[in-house]
Amino acid sequence: MATTVDVPARGSARPPAPPLRARRLGTLVLLLVLVAAAALASIAIGTRAIGVGEVWRSLLDSSLSGEEAVIVRQLRVPRTVLGLMVGAALGLAGALMQGHTRNPLGDPGLLGVTAGASLAVVLAITLLGVGTPGGYVWFAFAGALIGTVLVYAIGSAGRGGATPVTLALAGAALSALLYGLVRAVLVSDQQTLDSFRFWVVGSLAGRDATVAAQVAPFLAVGLVLALVNAPALNLLGLGEDVARGLGQRIWLARSVGLAAITLLAGAATAAAGPIAFVGLVVPHAVRALTGPDHRWLLPCSALAGAALLLVADVLGRVLARPGELQVGIVLALIGAPFFIALVRRSRTVGL
Amino acid sequence: MTLDIGTELLHHAVSPAEPLRVRLAAEHVRLAYDEQVVVDDLDLELTQGSFTAIVGPNGCGKSTLLRALGRLLRPTSGQVLLDGRAIARTPTREVAKVLGLLPQTPVAPEGLTVGDLVARGRHPHQSWLRQWSRDDEAVVAEALAWTDMSDLAGRPVDALSGGQRQRAWISMALAQGTDLLLLDEPTTYLDLSHQIDVLDLVARLHAERGRTVVVVLHDLNLAARYAQRLVAMKDGALVASGTPAEVLTEELLAGVFDLEARVLADPVTGTPMVVPVRRLR
Repeated sequence: MATTVDVPARGSARPPAPPLRARRLGTLVLLLVLVAAAALASIAIGTRAIGVGEVWRSLLDSSLSGEEAVIVRQLRVPRTVLGLMVGAALGLAGALMQGHTRNPLGDPGLLGVTAGASLAVVLAITLLGVGTPGGYVWFAFAGALIGTVLVYAIGSAGRGGATPVTLALAGAALSALLYGLVRAVLVSDQQTLDSFRFWVVGSLAGRDATVAAQVAPFLAVGLVLALVNAPALNLLGLGEDVARGLGQRIWLARSVGLAAITLLAGAATAAAGPIAFVGLVVPHAVRALTGPDHRWLLPCSALAGAALLLVADVLGRVLARPGELQVGIVLALIGAPFFIALVRRSRTVGL
Repeated sequence: MTLDIGTELLHHAVSPAEPLRVRLAAEHVRLAYDEQVVVDDLDLELTQGSFTAIVGPNGCGKSTLLRALGRLLRPTSGQVLLDGRAIARTPTREVAKVLGLLPQTPVAPEGLTVGDLVARGRHPHQSWLRQWSRDDEAVVAEALAWTDMSDLAGRPVDALSGGQRQRAWISMALAQGTDLLLLDEPTTYLDLSHQIDVLDLVARLHAERGRTVVVVLHDLNLAARYAQRLVAMKDGALVASGTPAEVLTEELLAGVFDLEARVLADPVTGTPMVVPVRRLR
């Protein structure tokens, strides 16, 4: 007979698997704790040693105007907030991308986001002389949007319309072209190369509060679209035919998902430069804990992405004292072994 | 049972004296992938409570026809009518409350549990805000119990055997609560005893739950045994339609399947049984 018990009528309530449900709740709580801990560490730890008590007082008492209070409030807090936003956006975009492509190697970069942003930043540097992270934001974001739109246009030109496979192919082809153009500019212009190489590794350093404010609205819209997309993604995971049979409009689900991916990955790249591995690794790790239900997978991927990015950023500050290692480099260093370990646990890879 | 939207429809739409209401119909449909016409000018009517098997050689367009009946493929001309209304102009969610379908060998994401899979069958009855209700809860539990899958509800679908997996998908279709059910070769890759198991389950859906069933089948003997009506196709055209005894004749087997065969009475059920002799041509 049925093993179900009465479960409150909530979106997240699933009937017959109490262990899974407990594991999902446990994962959610654990991730919230991790994010909080990482955020505190990110505020407390830096190139300049500031005592925990001093950090705490600087946060609580806005009338303090000593040098240390200014560092905490004007540098570390904005940097932490930006890290939370970028990490959450990348984790979420990665989970969306893997869900839509049903491809374990799905990464927002596949849609031309990174390539488009890179070319736009290179052109902004070389043609307009733009030279600060705050100045790159709009160019990078516009480039990311144009890149995605082009990929979508090329990918849907064929007879079957846009499918995950044609999109990935179009993305790969367009990215190759755009990176070729980027290299063409860099090879001929030493000065641009010097500025660009600091952007292209991906970093949270040198971004003040205005950068976070600039990308925040886009990330907010992307977040809402992503969460709205969750039930549809659950159906798409059963294959397009089954999803349509269950009454899902495929083009609607795909459009909402693509819009969310573009906004999230585009804004994150605009704010921090191209950061790899978060979008690839985080959804895998989270899926192993929550299972494939996107109503759990998406929020948990956002939290895990935020935690991972902050931890990597803090590590970069600690490892290379008194200088610092850019977060993009740290992530590559810890992300690659982590990913290999995940692949070796075979059950986490398939979708 | 609480599941059956169909009984409600029956009460106001059809009197018991008029049992042959057409639920699903193809009218002059032409089906094509790109320029390649697969089915041309085909008419077919499926009545309330019928159990129809579509048979034919590989590439005859039977799966294509099923896709069109399930609004997965839009005809390039002609139309498919669901309860007299053009299916292409009916909101897909409305269709999903009346018509369920299972493609050939569907694949579930890794780690998805049987319970979660069956729960997804409730999607047409949910909205984004009202995700999960006690009704859904009850229907899913009932669908699991009815297909004998309750004990496996917490198991991942990919950890099941082929036969259990197909039961899980049928359980999902049952939870969807539709009057009509379209199945594309539900016995593919199953051994004979699991083929019988799955088709018994489908036959029970028809007999006990009043489902109108359309199934594409390769195995003629099983089709004759389970379906009330056979529809034979060749080269995208409907060649014969009727009871298994009317359709499965030695002439038809020669003409449609290029097969010289004897047709005997199945010693168990009395339905026609095909014994191949040799391939013609």
